[in-house]
Amino acid sequence: MANKEILKMRNIVKTFPGVKALQGVDFTLREGEIHALMGENGAGKSTLIKVLTGVYEKNDGQIFLEDKEITIHSPEEAQKNGISTVYQEITLCPNLSVAENLFIARDGKKIKNWKKMNKESEKLLQSLSIPVKATEQLANCSIAVQQMVAIARAVDMDCKVLILDEPTSSLDDNEVERLFVLMNNLKARGVGIIFVTHFLDQVYRVCDRITVLRDGKLVGEYEIKDLPRVQLVSKMLGKEMDDMADIKSDEKVYTGENADSDVIAVEALQSTAGIKPFDFNIKKGEVNGFTGLLGSGRSECVRAIFGADKVVQGTVKKDGKEIKIKKPLDAMKNGIGYLPEDRKNDGIVGDLSVKDNIIIALQVMNGFFKPFSKAEAEKFAEEYIKLLNIKTASSETPIKSLSGGNQQKVILARWLLTHPQYLILDEPTRGIDVGTKVDIQKLVLQLASEGMSVTFISSEIDEMIRTCSRLIVMRDRQKVGEIKGEDITQNKIMSTIAGEN
Amino acid sequence: MKKFLAMLLVAAMAVACLAGCGKKDDGFIHVGIINNDPSESGYRTANDRDLKNTFTEANGYKATFNYSLKNDEQIQFAEQMINDGVDYLLLSAAATSGWDTVLKKAQKAGVKVLLFDRTIDADPSLYEASIVSDMDKEGQTAADWLKAQKLDKYEVIHIQGVMGSAAQIGRTKAMDAMYAQGWTKVVQQTGNWSESEAQQIVESVIASGKSFNVIYAENDNMAKGAALALDKAGISHGVGKDVIIMGFDCNQWALEELLKGNWNYDGQCNPFQASYLNNIIKKLEAGEKLSQKTVIMDEKGFDASTITQADVDNYGI
Amino acid sequence: MKSKVLNNSKTFFKKLTSNQIIIPLLALLFLIVFNLIRDPGFFEIKVVTNTSGHTVWNGNLMSIIDFGSELAILTIGMTFVTAASGGQDISIGATAAIAGSIIARILTGADGRAPQGMEGSLILAFLVAVLACVLCGAFNGTLVAYFKIPPMVATLILFTAGRSIASWINENRNISIVDDKFMIIGGFIPGIPIPTPFFIAVLCMIITALVLKFTTLGLYTQAVGINENSSRLNGINPKFIKLLTFMILGLGAAVAGLIKVSRTGTCNYAGLCKDIEMDAILAVALGGNALGGGKFNLKASILGAYIIQFLTTTLLAMEVPSTALPAYKAVVVIILVVFSSPVVREKMNKLSAYIKVKTAKNVGKEGEN
Repeated sequence: MANKEILKMRNIVKTFPGVKALQGVDFTLREGEIHALMGENGAGKSTLIKVLTGVYEKNDGQIFLEDKEITIHSPEEAQKNGISTVYQEITLCPNLSVAENLFIARDGKKIKNWKKMNKESEKLLQSLSIPVKATEQLANCSIAVQQMVAIARAVDMDCKVLILDEPTSSLDDNEVERLFVLMNNLKARGVGIIFVTHFLDQVYRVCDRITVLRDGKLVGEYEIKDLPRVQLVSKMLGKEMDDMADIKSDEKVYTGENADSDVIAVEALQSTAGIKPFDFNIKKGEVNGFTGLLGSGRSECVRAIFGADKVVQGTVKKDGKEIKIKKPLDAMKNGIGYLPEDRKNDGIVGDLSVKDNIIIALQVMNGFFKPFSKAEAEKFAEEYIKLLNIKTASSETPIKSLSGGNQQKVILARWLLTHPQYLILDEPTRGIDVGTKVDIQKLVLQLASEGMSVTFISSEIDEMIRTCSRLIVMRDRQKVGEIKGEDITQNKIMSTIAGEN
Repeated sequence: MKKFLAMLLVAAMAVACLAGCGKKDDGFIHVGIINNDPSESGYRTANDRDLKNTFTEANGYKATFNYSLKNDEQIQFAEQMINDGVDYLLLSAAATSGWDTVLKKAQKAGVKVLLFDRTIDADPSLYEASIVSDMDKEGQTAADWLKAQKLDKYEVIHIQGVMGSAAQIGRTKAMDAMYAQGWTKVVQQTGNWSESEAQQIVESVIASGKSFNVIYAENDNMAKGAALALDKAGISHGVGKDVIIMGFDCNQWALEELLKGNWNYDGQCNPFQASYLNNIIKKLEAGEKLSQKTVIMDEKGFDASTITQADVDNYGI
Repeated sequence: MKSKVLNNSKTFFKKLTSNQIIIPLLALLFLIVFNLIRDPGFFEIKVVTNTSGHTVWNGNLMSIIDFGSELAILTIGMTFVTAASGGQDISIGATAAIAGSIIARILTGADGRAPQGMEGSLILAFLVAVLACVLCGAFNGTLVAYFKIPPMVATLILFTAGRSIASWINENRNISIVDDKFMIIGGFIPGIPIPTPFFIAVLCMIITALVLKFTTLGLYTQAVGINENSSRLNGINPKFIKLLTFMILGLGAAVAGLIKVSRTGTCNYAGLCKDIEMDAILAVALGGNALGGGKFNLKASILGAYIIQFLTTTLLAMEVPSTALPAYKAVVVIILVVFSSPVVREKMNKLSAYIKVKTAKNVGKEGEN
């Protein structure tokens, strides 16, 4: 199809203090195509979308809409130019009717005449085959229909470019199917759709083209038929298939007592966070990991084990005996520690001192009526500040004034202080300097050789290969495979993630 | 279509409502009483109890009570009662203005309106009578009593109520006139009707070392707080003592203080309007004409040297 | 040698200025200096014999520590609530009125009068009041912690309904209790010249200090207020901690209600502890604590409470006209609160850092010369 190019973004540059978010990215959208924008976390997808919709101002580059250069300073201006966005969260008014939502804040005349407004809305909804009445209150509609109404509203405003930012993450399979029908419908009308998602299957279901970004740079634009899944994954992760240098460490392996017995074994565990039931086990002194793309459900799995999300079914066994984990404290008392993925929101207690942040988990396990004395707390803090080489002015310094890497070390210290038998580290190396990354990986292997079981999750496959002896592969919120020992290679991981054998 | 139906329904309801506004004929006199919330003050509690004791079925009344400290709610109650077809509307208004429309409605429906305790800014033709306390007179009675004590000097600590309230304005007025004639105002400060604020005011004066021989508190609670401050500093008060204490409202415990001679004077603010109202209704029912539109209630000022246990029992609220 | 002394004083000064308590301390200093200039007699304490024949100390300072007691007690709880929930409880005045009414009801029996002394057990009365107030606190806390209603809104319910409940407990009667023993709580212990409420406040502070020392309440409330997610993942139950702080505040309200009723032997449900919630919130703010929750400094809060009372007493001594009193208070409060706000504090820190750099440079230059 030699469709007309309706949107061209050329050499887009966007920098934030200290970060080059976009470094000369090109993007082209044609009339009547569904174009997937792919990339891992921090690749620059959302920055690019925000530049296009006027949320951010670009530092350099040009945007052409139908061959005319435009500058966009605000979302309103983007809208006027025919660029509409529908976000994952519904941004409509749930207390108004569908018709009112379609017309509000658009055309003063229309909303005065209810009859006409309802009639026009009905026509619009019918033409897009959206199964809802114009007079229905939005709050009564399913999330999918609300999503569609948002799309209809966007489309009706003379939209040439429609951006769908993770529209399917809160929909079930049927609803996704209906959304695809609508998208194809719009495609047939000549609307260009930019589809941001992390579901690989969906990309291959509806998209015509894929643009891949990585680390703020353009990797390439591909016709969907030219890019097999495994290639897509390798492009997103930045590893070529035959880039095979396996750097398996020659660290000591734990060979002590009970080396072959499961410390934790999980069966058919499922939480409210939307993952399919999964099985999992870890042996004493083992380092294993969950891998998969962002949003594949790897964090949700470990959160379920730790009791951070509400568990709806499944059993957890520790040393062969069933244990009940209803809340994090239960897990902690059973010797499980958990360093969360989102350091800022789930990890640090920002205004508290380094000392308090180190002792807090052990203190909670120790009990409400047994606070540590100042001297005890100070001793613990000093010991771990030294052990992990945490750079802080003093143990009384608020943790929020430390660098990311040192904050992460404090959280690590917090859990090491509880002497867990099983430690879960979810993205312990994200956003920290290279030196600290290496330190943390070394520490993980050392702890394992001393008999601690560790689950290690990282977006960087290198790190996983270097540290883990077994990988659980996740795709679309489901466990899709396990890779062991010698099989742990870039190729194998990527093909399993992509779902091609 | 739906909207049209809804409007039709509203119209039908309105008609039904108008039709339902007929008078009931069951031998009772129906009175609707709108009052301020009884928990507002001890005065209001006594007032409410008095009304409830008078307007009983045994006395030939069927009474509905509604309470609010907000004018708009009171107006709503009034409309409701007019629609319910009461014979008399008894009203102690929360605020003085805004009543014209609803009272005209009452007049049209043949509902007679009696005001008690508080007057309103409306044409007098809209109501039959108003029974009120004269706060100015209460203050004047108290000031006259104090003058009659013929003290060598008048050095007064004057503790006011919540600024701007009718009672505060009335009870302050006569005293202000006296200060203008030469009495010394040691301090005039608001205690917001509260014991502890009054106590702090007096403690502050004692700390400053100023001399005083009268405490004029605009209610009993503040007089009590003031007396406590004196006790704390070892300053004697009451009949024949260093400091004269005056209060208002005639709480039972306050009158007992008078009886013991700890205080000197307590001014009444008569909450017992029910008997007046009862008399007026009886007269109107008999077809008699009222001699006066505004009835000012008798209000006493009790002197510690003359008060009796009977007074405490009869007038204590 | 000289430089060492200088350095020592420098570190001491730095410690002091970096401590939150500096703000209420400065406010206190300001009020003291202001009164010294205005009238040094303000601080005079007279030894007098009260009507019961006991020697007591009398003066403005005594009034401050006396009447600041209820506020100080409530401020303790309010500080916890603020820290953990990031909001404030505006129903404590009404809750204290409920406590007062319950105590009055039990001590006077059915007729609302006890002219010949208490007609019920004081301990029973107080315990029932404590129970009721802790339940009120639990009600507020449940709405805030489990139903996620913003504290202001959740406590608005009891703020509106509390005084009606209080008046209903005593069937709208005007209460009077005449009993010397009962009056000790709000007056004087025979032979001790300092008002009892002050001792009760100090007792509450000591108990709080002990609780903070022997439990992890302080760490937990702060952690929950700073980062609820992270607290939960460290095994703390943030909902329960929030609930607990509201219950502690309820306990404080019961004590405040007891003192208030005992001061006069009357229970004026419409006026008892009226607007004290606002003063308590103010005290927390004056102490330099963030009203959005998180870290707290209890000493600074309590100092803030006494400063508010100091201010009231000062304004009374100045004989500010009744109608202008609220305006005077408002102006002073605005100034104090703005100065204790984190924004201004930040600016001040920057300023002092700037000055330090400058002086350091100057010293350096002098050294060169």
